[in-house]
Amino acid sequence: MKKNAVSSGHRALTLRILRSSPTEGVAPHWQDFHLEEAEGMTLFIALNEVRETLDPALQFDFVCRAGICGSCGMLINGKPGLACRSLTRDLDPLITLAPLPVFELIGDLSVNTGKWMRGTAERLETWVHSSQEADLTALEAPMEPELAEAIYELDRCIECGCCVAGCGTLRMREEFVGAIGLNKIARFRLDPRDERSDDDFYQLIGDDTGVFGCMSLLACQDVCPKGLPLQTQIAFLRRKMVASGL
Amino acid sequence: MRIIYTDVLVVGGGLAGLRAAVGARRRGHDVIILSLVPPKRSHSAAAQGGMQASLGNTVKGEGDNEDVHFEDTVRGSDWGCDQDVARLFVHTAPQAVRELAAWGVPWNRIKAGDREVIMDGKRVTLTEGQAAHGLIAARDFGGTKKWRTCYVSDGTGHAMLYAVSDQAVAESIPVHERMEALALIHEGGRCHGAVVRNLVSGELTAYVAKATCIATGGFGRIYRVTSNAVINEGIGAAIALETGAACLGNMEAVQFHPTTIFPAGILVTEGCRGDGGLLKDAAGHRFMPDYEPEKKELASRDVVSRRMEEHIRAGHGVKSRFGEHLWLDITLLGAAHIDGKLREVKEICQHFLGIDPSRDLIPVRPAQHYSMGGIRTDARGHARGLKGLFACGEAACWDLHGFNRLGGNSVAETVVAGMIVGENMADFVESAAGELQVSTALVRECLDAEQAKLDTLLHGNGTESGAELMRRMQDIMTDKVGIFRTGELLHSAVEELQGLLVRSRRIGLRTRRPGANPELVTAYRVQKMLKLALCVAYGALQRTESRGAHFREDYPRRDDASWLKRTLATWHDDFQTLPTLDYEALDVTAMELPPGWRGYGARNAIEHPATAGRAAEISAIRSAFGHADRFTVQQALMPFDHLIPSRFRGRNARLGETS
Repeated sequence: MKKNAVSSGHRALTLRILRSSPTEGVAPHWQDFHLEEAEGMTLFIALNEVRETLDPALQFDFVCRAGICGSCGMLINGKPGLACRSLTRDLDPLITLAPLPVFELIGDLSVNTGKWMRGTAERLETWVHSSQEADLTALEAPMEPELAEAIYELDRCIECGCCVAGCGTLRMREEFVGAIGLNKIARFRLDPRDERSDDDFYQLIGDDTGVFGCMSLLACQDVCPKGLPLQTQIAFLRRKMVASGL
Repeated sequence: MRIIYTDVLVVGGGLAGLRAAVGARRRGHDVIILSLVPPKRSHSAAAQGGMQASLGNTVKGEGDNEDVHFEDTVRGSDWGCDQDVARLFVHTAPQAVRELAAWGVPWNRIKAGDREVIMDGKRVTLTEGQAAHGLIAARDFGGTKKWRTCYVSDGTGHAMLYAVSDQAVAESIPVHERMEALALIHEGGRCHGAVVRNLVSGELTAYVAKATCIATGGFGRIYRVTSNAVINEGIGAAIALETGAACLGNMEAVQFHPTTIFPAGILVTEGCRGDGGLLKDAAGHRFMPDYEPEKKELASRDVVSRRMEEHIRAGHGVKSRFGEHLWLDITLLGAAHIDGKLREVKEICQHFLGIDPSRDLIPVRPAQHYSMGGIRTDARGHARGLKGLFACGEAACWDLHGFNRLGGNSVAETVVAGMIVGENMADFVESAAGELQVSTALVRECLDAEQAKLDTLLHGNGTESGAELMRRMQDIMTDKVGIFRTGELLHSAVEELQGLLVRSRRIGLRTRRPGANPELVTAYRVQKMLKLALCVAYGALQRTESRGAHFREDYPRRDDASWLKRTLATWHDDFQTLPTLDYEALDVTAMELPPGWRGYGARNAIEHPATAGRAAEISAIRSAFGHADRFTVQQALMPFDHLIPSRFRGRNARLGETS
């Protein structure tokens, strides 16, 4: 919940950060950094200030700093979220930050989401499968406007990894494709340009590492910064895959 | 010594690099992509509003074609672009959109029948034809005669990047993430690859390649106030500059986007104005029609940004604790439109400003946005001065944009240039010139030199702070090399930047670990970024005219007689504190569209002596070909077919156009 934002902007903040460096053999430990809150301060601004003034070695990942690229997923007070668009004024003055679980740890707040997401793309073949090469000079094949919008709705995933970090199933089954993987399948299943059938998709997600593994805890949807309809997509896919598996 | 060999090395995993890589891979060559971040995190994802291509499907795009897109682009560039390249680009852009459609990009589609839109502040009904139903839609953007910008809500770059990145996965192209090229390996005017640092382990590796392509994007982060992502530091352009062989073109041509949210500098798309949004001042007055009666809010970006700053200077800005700004009003578009077509804008407003743009005005002010300058290449994307080095996208000065880029032409350039450069690299690799002839002694020498520089930073006794030099450079660029430039300000910027460059040779670190070390990264990057900043500031100081985004208050006229030429910056020796500038004249007698008035902005250019002659020649050609089709006439004016890779030579089909 947002607090009334009449902030005077001068609170003393403490960032309590889970530090570690696997390559340097530094074991995980909490470290506190103190700084003064500024007007409109985001965790992007706060973390950069810590790095510039207090500890130049602090590791974290930001790219767009606008909530678009998905680089800065981390546990903010225990909950996965995008740091760049988290305003400090919406948080208590003691803010704990930890790296996203599940992903390979690089150091401090930096995790290797790239490796995980590439693995997902390879495993689920997250591209349009078409047997024909498009004629680029011909008029494009028409598509119903509503269908294009429905595909975009699912295409908005930014692969930030928040759903992966919030997933109870993934703690038990390392091979689970996660909400992100299932959403990708839902997206390509909806796309008439992809010639794969439900039987093909069943081969990819028709077991307990796929759509039947989900325990329906559904934190994925709670923490998705893009508000993707993950819950309905998983339920829908499960129904379709049951039909396909019969 | 760790060496990795490949046919093609692509530095940069954004749209341009990915598309070039896919092209070369499909021709059967081994390709490796290096990327600072996972490729889907690249700044291409932040392109919101759309990409220009003259499909002409929408009723407001009727009559659009390559010719119209070409003229808009050349006028937009203020005649600074390479017209061959502009032709090549407008020809290929429709194919790029259609290829992306086949790859799954969910382009917004046309719905036949009536719909209400906002144009010039008024509600208007448009009727889309039945034949266009389901074809790719387009929205209006600045500086264009037709609605030509194809879009996916306001997440166009995201949708494009994901589709192309997944194609690279489909082609099994390895992407080596968190890897940074620190130097190019080159000798005798031939590039052989790059020395690359692993950002996690700190290890250096030599990547040896027949063809190397730099696609690292722009260098907006040399400015304090920029819409660019934090990774847009221009290191790819800088390492090309540091070869002393390749050169950077038109570095002083820097675009400032009119609408970034104030004060964070985060972009809100030109689509806001394209879809009918208005700019307003402190009094709530819509001021753009006062300055630009014809194009109003939809003049080119350089013009709108300048008018906004001019209006603030005249005392009409909204005062706030962070300084002054203006308002972007999209409330008139309605919540339904914003929820569907401007949803990223809505999210940005919610999260960073705590406002709802369907009810509240958005505080905006221009900020650095795009680098027209970059590695100077020929029309095939081959770097001038260094064989085997290619560049594409924002990192390149291919030179599609001249002194001002049109909105929607950059994300289009990434994929179009990627398509073209991918083919041209494949041709090069298959040619005799592409054979790899490099000694491991040279590779070792390059590796050792880079390791020595890192060791000096890590273990030397320098006392300067890289972060402080970076901050100072960014302040200088924003304060003195901005929208309004003067000889005095530029002179002082150049002096100060030289001082910073000298100081940057004595940076010392508090963190001496060789692996993941953000302080070390800042240190070696600021050394390179200062050279780029000097190319921009010094180029701007020397260019005593105003053209496109380069505006000199002391030389307010475009001077075609003296300055119809491209600045080329080289850096021959590491102890220089200024780039060496040369100039490449643009040939008026070969132009399809000789210099004239843009249709917006000032109308006071100093004419080039050859302009009138060329204009007469063109009218003579046009009347001689009176009844010929537009392709024949174009061919007679400025043939460019030889520059199109063979697979993209066909004519683009359009509704209602028979070819």
